[in-house]
Amino acid sequence: MSTPKREAYDVVVIGAGPAGLAAAATAAEAGLSTLLLDENAGPGGQVFRAIASTPVTERAQLGADYWVGADLVKAVRASGAEIIQRATVWSLDRHIEIGVSVGGVSAFVKARRVILATGALERPFPIPGWTLPGVMTAGAAQTMLKSSALVPDGRTVIAGQGPLLWLLAAQILRLGGRIGRILDTTERRNYLAALPHAFAFLTSPYFAKGLALMREVRAKVPVVSGVGELSAAGDGQLATVTYLAGGRRETMQADLLLLHQGVVPNVNLAMAAGVEHRWDESQLCWSPVLDQNGNSSIDGIAIAGDGAGIGGAGAAVFRGYIAARAAVEALVPASAAKLTPMAELRTGLVHAERGRAFLDTLFRPAPQFRIPSGDTVVCRCEEVTAKDILEAVAIGATGPNQLKAYRRTGMGPCQGRLCGLTVTELMAEARGKSPQEIGYYRLRAPVKPITLAELAAVAKTEDDVKAVVRG
Amino acid sequence: MTKRVDAIVVGGGIHGCSTALHLCLAGMEPVLIEKDYAGRHASGVNAGGVRQLARHIPEIPLSIRSMGIWERIEDLLDDDCSFESHGQVLVAENQAELEVCRSRVAELNALGLTHEELIDAAELKRLVPAVADTCPGGVVSRRDGAANPAQTTTAFRRKAATLGATVCEGVAASNIRQLDGFWHVDVGADSFAAPVLVNAAGAWAGQIAASLGEPVPVETVAPMLMITSRVPHFIDPVVILRGRKLSFKQFANGTVLIGGGHLATPYQDRNETVLDWRSLAVSARTVFELFPVMRGATIVRAWAGIEARMKDDLPVLGPSARHKGLYHQFGFSLHGFQLGPGAGAVMAELIVNGGTQTRIGDLGIDRFHPSTL
Repeated sequence: MSTPKREAYDVVVIGAGPAGLAAAATAAEAGLSTLLLDENAGPGGQVFRAIASTPVTERAQLGADYWVGADLVKAVRASGAEIIQRATVWSLDRHIEIGVSVGGVSAFVKARRVILATGALERPFPIPGWTLPGVMTAGAAQTMLKSSALVPDGRTVIAGQGPLLWLLAAQILRLGGRIGRILDTTERRNYLAALPHAFAFLTSPYFAKGLALMREVRAKVPVVSGVGELSAAGDGQLATVTYLAGGRRETMQADLLLLHQGVVPNVNLAMAAGVEHRWDESQLCWSPVLDQNGNSSIDGIAIAGDGAGIGGAGAAVFRGYIAARAAVEALVPASAAKLTPMAELRTGLVHAERGRAFLDTLFRPAPQFRIPSGDTVVCRCEEVTAKDILEAVAIGATGPNQLKAYRRTGMGPCQGRLCGLTVTELMAEARGKSPQEIGYYRLRAPVKPITLAELAAVAKTEDDVKAVVRG
Repeated sequence: MTKRVDAIVVGGGIHGCSTALHLCLAGMEPVLIEKDYAGRHASGVNAGGVRQLARHIPEIPLSIRSMGIWERIEDLLDDDCSFESHGQVLVAENQAELEVCRSRVAELNALGLTHEELIDAAELKRLVPAVADTCPGGVVSRRDGAANPAQTTTAFRRKAATLGATVCEGVAASNIRQLDGFWHVDVGADSFAAPVLVNAAGAWAGQIAASLGEPVPVETVAPMLMITSRVPHFIDPVVILRGRKLSFKQFANGTVLIGGGHLATPYQDRNETVLDWRSLAVSARTVFELFPVMRGATIVRAWAGIEARMKDDLPVLGPSARHKGLYHQFGFSLHGFQLGPGAGAVMAELIVNGGTQTRIGDLGIDRFHPSTL
């Protein structure tokens, strides 16, 4: 494990999920000096997590889609791209300089093009009690499952909605885990709203797989539909989950509550670099403003994969190919001829994105699960509640950045990852404005914390730095 | 439609907000025009140092005036601004630096100024136990401290609005002109007219002064800061170094702010800055050497605010040398936050009374002649 071999590359790809793997392989195959930086121990991102190391050997347990990742990894390893795992990119700016930490040592690299493939984050799910030990996100549970084959065995409740929720439930069951109940928070009116998109969905790759997954899970776990209220309680540890469905309120004992209501683009690095973002009303999140090749508002920075707007793993692969092909066309036009033609890639992307509008509409999270009230915690780092934020609005806080002057929301270690969307929507509702008008935290590097000692060690003379790089 | 007011203040930093507030206290009805929101730039994102220590002599009277206001800031603003007074300490890292400190304090004493006190290694260690043992002493200004800059600027704006100031945020002042003895300023579709115009536009003030025929030697800079995760309480006063660029402060919540004047690249037209991590690394190394207790802390965030720096590092404060009714209040050159409360009070006196008891004669715009540009 070491810092990058060179000071400058043609292309640096950040993130080795589906989009990043596809992009890095394409750029390197075309002869561009390519560096792939990834934060995890192995390639794959979240969807193909631990693809090269998982202890799960029975292929059916994680599903056929998971193993597609193995081919992408093989391609990038054969492509000549320099790949560094456990590399945390903590800074990127409009001069296309990247600050990266590997094994506790930081270095700066320059690139002619950067392709950000930083993927998605789980949407915050701020219900009463969501910060109790024993409540975690479905994504965190899936990480443990894929990398260590760990499954919950206590009284487990899964609550929320969306494709990942059903996939996780199926994976837990296949690995021998137990689930006491699934609380489905999908709003009934969404089924009607999604109807116009149903044809595209029925003919999409999602349909058959999704239906099979839900049938598989429902055969083994009681599912409560139409859950309209949800809270967790316990004294220092989760003890009960209370929900309202069909006019009936019920409280059940639970050791583990897994929450999930979809994913949103992980925009922190792109925003910190200064890339322009817009509020996406259909996906209820911030998405970067991109052209059809994934190029952002900053010359030299492109974005592919779910970080460009949620499209799923299949679409991410095509977006990765497209962004990399565009980089090749710009930097070494002669080499582009041997790559898959752009038109073919775009057709592939359209096919992969089919059914997305249906999913976005059906699984649009209900307002009460996005915009909390009263004593429900919004910002975990600084323990700021919904009520605190509304009080600050009442005395003049107009947006997330102004709010910092009243409450330290977003200024803790997570830098807004866990509260940013909630704060924007809460303030928008309170002020009668759109989320676009309210805006988002101004994010700055380091996008992930680095130690003072590590930063101090960077402070060498230019000559020292060069000697190390060449040695 | 043109709205008549008593004064137009351009710029919603701590200076513009303070001036608007003090004009209200004097019975005037000002309008405050801010192109973004109050405290968006340097005033809201600076280190929050409330410092009389190590100031240029021409601005010491203003700093002392301001300190008096800071010490009763809650009475003025109904907000404590998180102001805390644990002193500020200038650390000498060697004997040569201590000698410079000694002659500085002697110079101030000769002028009758006593707020800076020379301290030896023992007193330094008492005030700042975590400092490296090799430091031979320094200077302390015991009434100094720090406040939360965004909270403070916001509190000035809020109190000014409460007392009758019209606050326009989100649209820039444009088409500034003088007609028949009145200053006219457009704000989007609205227009304001007043006999008094205060140019407190921070990094944008130089352009306004130049457009009104008073160009000054000013540049736009963006000093960088970074903040760490929480560490156990280990220091009370704000610490600055004599020889190297560093300022250092621990907040009540345990986070530590590291600054000192290393600069980012400003992109003023976009309201953006690009950080210079190699310079921040130098700051980190200085802290690493001076405060071993900080070595394991993590850097959570770094940023920079856009502001104006004059060629002579002194602010421009006072009436225009060319136009009746025009006043300048800008160019605070990386040390304007502490001066904000006092400068607003002084500016209101200049406007309302035509003069002030606070000695600011060396800060006028008339100190610049075409030959100095």
